[in-house]
Formats: sequence, structure tokens, C-alpha cells
Amino acid sequence: MTLNVATRDAYGDALVNLGKKRNDVVVLDADLSGSTKTSKFAKAFPERFFNIGIAEQDMMGTAAGLAVGGKLPFASTFAVFATGRAWEQIRQSICYPNLNVKIVASHAGVTVGEDGGSHQSVEDIAVMRVLPHMTVIVPADGVETTQAIEAVAEHKGPCYVRTGRNKVPTLFGPDYAFKIGKAHVFHEGKDAAIIAAGIMTAEALKARDILKAEGIDAGVINMSTIKPLDTGAVLEAARRCGAIVTAEEHSIIGGLGGAVAEALSESAPAPLVRVGIKDVFGSSGDCDGLMKHYGLSAGDIAAAVREVIKKKKR
Amino acid sequence: MGITQEQLQALKDRARRMRIDILKALSGCGSGHTGGSLSAADMVAALYFYKMKYDPKKPDWKGRDNFILSKGHAAPLLYTVLAHAGFFDPAELCTLRRLGSRLQGHPDSKHLPGVEISTGSLGQGLSVANGLALAHRLDKAPNRVYAVLGDGELQEGQVWEAAMTAAHYKLDNLCALIDNNGLQIDGPVAKVMGVEPITDKWRSFGWEVFDIDGHDMGQIVAALDKADAVKGKPTAIVCRTVKGKGVSLFEGKVEYHGAAPSKEELAVAMKELDEAVCK
Repeated sequence: MTLNVATRDAYGDALVNLGKKRNDVVVLDADLSGSTKTSKFAKAFPERFFNIGIAEQDMMGTAAGLAVGGKLPFASTFAVFATGRAWEQIRQSICYPNLNVKIVASHAGVTVGEDGGSHQSVEDIAVMRVLPHMTVIVPADGVETTQAIEAVAEHKGPCYVRTGRNKVPTLFGPDYAFKIGKAHVFHEGKDAAIIAAGIMTAEALKARDILKAEGIDAGVINMSTIKPLDTGAVLEAARRCGAIVTAEEHSIIGGLGGAVAEALSESAPAPLVRVGIKDVFGSSGDCDGLMKHYGLSAGDIAAAVREVIKKKKR
Repeated sequence: MGITQEQLQALKDRARRMRIDILKALSGCGSGHTGGSLSAADMVAALYFYKMKYDPKKPDWKGRDNFILSKGHAAPLLYTVLAHAGFFDPAELCTLRRLGSRLQGHPDSKHLPGVEISTGSLGQGLSVANGLALAHRLDKAPNRVYAVLGDGELQEGQVWEAAMTAAHYKLDNLCALIDNNGLQIDGPVAKVMGVEPITDKWRSFGWEVFDIDGHDMGQIVAALDKADAVKGKPTAIVCRTVKGKGVSLFEGKVEYHGAAPSKEELAVAMKELDEAVCK
């Protein structure tokens, strides 16, 4: 697969387009606009861009006030600071009053790379997902990011969108239609279904090819909306394939794997193996090396599928 | 805007009657924050009955000025002033803190018209006020934004992040009132974690600062008028107040930070407030 565009770049461009269409769109950043790509909006619409400095808590509160004042604020910084440093501000000033604030974070997961564990957010999905009123979206490529940004702008209420640092393959064609809360089934599969999000969807598609050569038919489902979860798609896959693997660049606790486990255990129990960060922090390294080190490669997903099929046969 | 002696007298009486309703609501519920509701009553009465533009029949009216109670535990004060201003029937005040009530323990903007944003977790209101002030500026609208903060609340780091932001963006449509009653839950602010010199701090952060007696209605009104004229920077009015002001039983008593008056205490308080001659 060729690498095309980083989801953060797609975000930056989508914001500019949104800014052209709607003059109520305002953007805030906490001294990382060059990295989150909100700098593109800042250049196009300087009067509607507010750099709050290295003060994420204040940024979230200011975004809340702009929303009360009738604006559509997008607040961006690295995922670890957006959701960790300012979690309680998001809870009290954005989610509790159910305000129309969009938090779009970049540099999520271990593929931040060399900056290391302090900067690699592997908990953000979990801590955003637990907040009432919050919608959580993890787009898989540039096309889906662009559409997700348009969708959250139309959606009333707080949203968290997770983007990444590095270029990723384009998985969706121009006919793709992203919808909040709707999974996209790439392949239905027969023996097991891989439910993936973000950069792991591309890895899941590669894993499917690896398994195909072994005669295993693994389904691939892109679950870009983690909340509200497309429970119907999860249960359908469980009933069809009888075994599920989740794949995410996030802790296996509380993220996509956690959400799928909750859905399965209540309605259609099926064996589940979660591919993700195994309750540890990240570390410095190159992206490919980190993906292998933390067990996030296509080969790791394929191994998880073989493992879950064995559990099924027990 | 000038004020006549009659108007000033009416404001003082309004604050006195608000104190009565605050205490009735608190006592009826049996819990809640007495001291800080009473200490900020005069400044809030002046905001709603002298300074601010609003329409209680249209709480979302675009032309309204905004009030943010950053010290959300003074919710009984906010509810009482909203009821007095006509946002809802004062009879509802007796539902304070009850299951199903719109009058939650701390303000909940989802359910009660007139509450601009939910508060309760300290240190967050000034950031929200900044956002509103920026929105009005983008709209080229004359609306003003007022926020009331506690003095203990100044211990929260986010307050100073917001103080920087307001000065950086020259938010002269923003006015923060600091209710400096000197007490917080664990004791005197000066003992728990000193915040003085308050005026120097705000001034050094780039704000215009007025230091006033927060129970002198004439001084409050004058400071609010002066804040209107400040250009190119936000204004902080440091209101020197007494916790529990208006009822000698509660004045300066840290025990009444988070405690409601008993029936007996309410009776004593009502007598004192009923007989109070507004000076």
C-alpha cells in the first residue's frame, strides 16, 4: 500500500474548507499549530484562530465559552495533552453542559515515534469514551478524516477526533460516505472478523491477505466511530464468524477492544482477542520498529486471528 | 451610567431580600454553601439589577450580557438572583438540591435557563468568560461578560492561564469580580495557601484593577461603571468581603462555608435581615 496523507494533514485541509463554508468556525491551539496542522486555518483565517499558548486547560474552557457564544470551536493539540492534561475541563466545561465543541487531537498512539512515551497517547480513547455526551471518532485515512470533520461540524454536541502524525495509505474511494456511528465492512469474512480503527485498519487489511494464503477467511470491519459504537455491526460479525479480533493503536483497556468486549459480552458472547498496547507506556523508536515492538503489525493481527479461531473450536 | 440615591437604596434592599431567599432555600434543603453565597450577594445584585442587559423571557437573547459564576458553589445566590430577575418562579427556589430539580447543587446550564454554563469544579469559569468575550468581539457586538471568582479559587492554576489569555487578547469587554471573603473550606485562605497580594497579581498580569469594599453598593456600582470605560485590557474588581455577610451568626465563620442554616438559625437570621435598616 502506498502512503498518501497523514490524517492530521487531512484535518488541516478540511478545517480550511469548513472555514470557507461557515464563518462560525473558530479554531484554537495550544502552541502546536504547526504539528496539528491548524496552522493552515490560522493562515487562511487569522481573525478566527486563537493560539492559547501552552495552556490546554484554558484552551478547553475558552472553546466552551466560544460555543456558548454561538461559535463552532475546534480545539487541537497532541492527544496526550488534549485528553489527559485537560480531561476535567472537558468533563466540566464541555461535556457536562453538552456544548458544541470539537476536540481534534493529533500525534495519537506510539507512531509519534522518537519523542517517546511521554508524548504517545495510548489512553485517550478510553478517557474520552467514558464521558457522557461525547462522540469518539478514529478515522483510518485522509478521506475518512475529511468526511469525519464535516460530519462532526454538523453534529450537535462534543466530539473527539483522533488523528495521527504519519502518512497512511488511502483506503477509501471518493464514493465512501462516512456516517457517525456506522461501521464500514471491507470484507464480511467467515472464520473470524477483525474490527479495527485508525492506522490499524490498513494493518488489518494486510493481515487478511496473509491469512487468505493460509485458507483463512478473515473479515475486516473499520470501526471509526468508537462511541456510539455500531453494536449491530459487532454482533452481526460475531454471529457470522463466531470469533472477533480487535486492532487499535491504543491500550487494550478501555478503547476499541474494551468497547467491543462490552458489546459482545452482553449480547453475543464470542471469543475475542484484543490487539493493542498491552497495558504499558510507549517508548522512543522508529515507527515500524515500534509497531512491531508493541505487537501492532499485520503479522501480529494475523497471529491473533489464528489464536481466536483456536478458542472458537474449543 | 449614573445612579440615584433611590436606585442605590433599592439595590441594597434587593440584596437584603436576596439574602433572605438564599437562606430560606438553603435551610429548606438542609445542605449547601451559605457563607460564599452571602458574601457575593451585593456584587451579584448590582450586576443583575443595575449593570447587565438581559431578557428573562428570552434567556438566549443575542444582545444579553453574560454572567459566569465561576465559584459555582454559590449556586443558591445565582438561583435567587435569577428568580428575582424573572427567569423562573421564585417558588422553585425551595426545590434546591432535590432529586429532579433544575436547581442542582452546582449550576447546570443544560436544565436551568439563565445559567450560561455549568460550573462547580473551581478555576474554569474565567476561561469560559474569555471564550464568550472573544465570540462577542468576532461578532463586533457590544455585549459584556462578567465572571465572579472566589479568592480560594485563585489557587487553581487555570485561573492564571485565563488571566494571561484575557490580557493577551485585550478583552476589554470582560470584567472579573473577585469575592475576597478570606475563607475557604479548610480555614483562612492566608493559612491554607496565601493568594495575596491579589491586586498586584492581577495588575502584573496586565489587567486594570479596582480594589473595593464588596459590601458598599456605591463602590460596587462605581467600579462596574469604571470598568465599562477601560480600553485595551480586561478589568478585575477585587471585592473585599465578609463570608456570611448580613447575618452576624454566620459572618466570618468558616463552619458556614458548606453548611446550611438550621431552622433555629434561620429564624434568627430572618429576624436580623427583616429588621436590617439598609444603610
